[in-house]
Amino acid sequence: MSQPTIIFSGVGKSFPQYHQITGGIKRFIFNLPRALRTFKQARYEVLNNINFEIRPGEAFGIIGKNGSGKSTTLGLMAGVIAPTVGQVTVRGRISPLLELGAGFNPELSGRENIYLNGILMGLTRREVKKREEDIVGFAELGEFIDQPLRVYSSGMLARLGFSVVSSLDPEILLVDEILAVGDIDFQMKCLKRMLDFKRRGVTIVFVSHSLPSVRDLCDRVLWIEDHTVKKTGPVQEVLTEYAAKWAEPYSTADCQ
Amino acid sequence: MKRSLQYYIDLILVLTQKDLHVRYKSNILGYLWSIANPLAFAFVFYVAFQVIMRIKMEAYVLFLIVGLFPWQWFSNSLATTTTVFLANAGIIKKVNFPRNALPFSLVLQDMIHFLFSLPVIVLFLLIYHKVPHWSWLIGIPIMLVIQFTLTYGLALFISSINLFFRDMERLVGILITLVFYFTPILYPVSMIPEKYRPLIILNPISPLILAWRGLFFEGRLEWMYMLISLGYGVVALFVGYLVYRKLAWKFAEVL
Repeated sequence: MSQPTIIFSGVGKSFPQYHQITGGIKRFIFNLPRALRTFKQARYEVLNNINFEIRPGEAFGIIGKNGSGKSTTLGLMAGVIAPTVGQVTVRGRISPLLELGAGFNPELSGRENIYLNGILMGLTRREVKKREEDIVGFAELGEFIDQPLRVYSSGMLARLGFSVVSSLDPEILLVDEILAVGDIDFQMKCLKRMLDFKRRGVTIVFVSHSLPSVRDLCDRVLWIEDHTVKKTGPVQEVLTEYAAKWAEPYSTADCQ
Repeated sequence: MKRSLQYYIDLILVLTQKDLHVRYKSNILGYLWSIANPLAFAFVFYVAFQVIMRIKMEAYVLFLIVGLFPWQWFSNSLATTTTVFLANAGIIKKVNFPRNALPFSLVLQDMIHFLFSLPVIVLFLLIYHKVPHWSWLIGIPIMLVIQFTLTYGLALFISSINLFFRDMERLVGILITLVFYFTPILYPVSMIPEKYRPLIILNPISPLILAWRGLFFEGRLEWMYMLISLGYGVVALFVGYLVYRKLAWKFAEVL
């Protein structure tokens, strides 16, 4: 068996309470002793002792309540934040699938945005140029490709975003709640695209609240609760337990 | 992650191009807008100081303009870069790219606007029966590098800090106004009372503006002032980069 693509070993992440200072210099100075003390001592713990491995070609789901640390986990994988303790190992080119329109500029045309986005994602201009026709073809936007992005529908935006990402030949694709926006039709399209990626052997990390999408796409699931791993396992097993846990309090409440 | 130099160049170019493009595409008058501001200020100060307060100075409008255009580059860059990381929060939180390319491209963009305004300066020189000087060919490139270094250094510092202290933005606004009046843009150094005159080089922008004015007005290369501003520039870049390096990996956390 080949080496894992992503390894989290004993990973913990805690944030200082940034609101103490982001409230502003004025506030910070006028409350200096207290602000300094709380800033130094009180840290907000988002993740605690996270351990898991993702194997190449696997579709890996991450579920959990809002604020349980799913996006932080994704941020650690993408390398935009560093763990406080423990180690995150990532093998392979990683591409985040951004939410609609992030990294795009509404005033530029679709084609110009391909360059902007591709370069932000780590390609050089020449590399984007080589892929340009592919991306344009894949996006199937017709003559809209040369029109400013502000006239695009959300579905068209998503198609463009997807095309850029797929042209990067990602080895690992990070998807954070992208299905939360858009209509059913669009969600199905996204899911289909991701299944295509999966078939091509791309490792997918998928964060979602939509249990049906997780079931359709993922092989294994990580359930984060109270900032730590509650369970890791095959998708059906974890989802059943997860659903049962959340169904319980609601069904009793419904009866009363 | 290791990246090639070519990547950095492409990243900065695409970001700069984006801003220029957006500015000029959405409005054909984009060019006029970028020179309208300093011209309007020149007009206001001319009316206030020469017409109303009767200051005796020759070619006062030209005098104002050669100071106001570099000042516009400086102040615009600082005003826009302060919030540049906040404005790009969405992408900073998701993609691991060199964040300093964002302020860099903004300062570069304002430098390009400044270059576009050079013909206006030439026009006013001609109106006052002066001509561009050969020394511009050496002086302007050197001055561009010096002012870029100083502005980018300060921009890195301010934009990084602003993520952590969000009211930095207001402070910068106030400081820019203060510094403007403490910089000899509206008045010549000779009008400053003699005992305060040595203090002038304590303001990092003063030698810069004086060097520009010497160059545009008389075609003189003010090596002394250029050297002092370069010194300020190097210090600003060093400190700015240090602060940025120390804070950059926390950007995604604090946003």
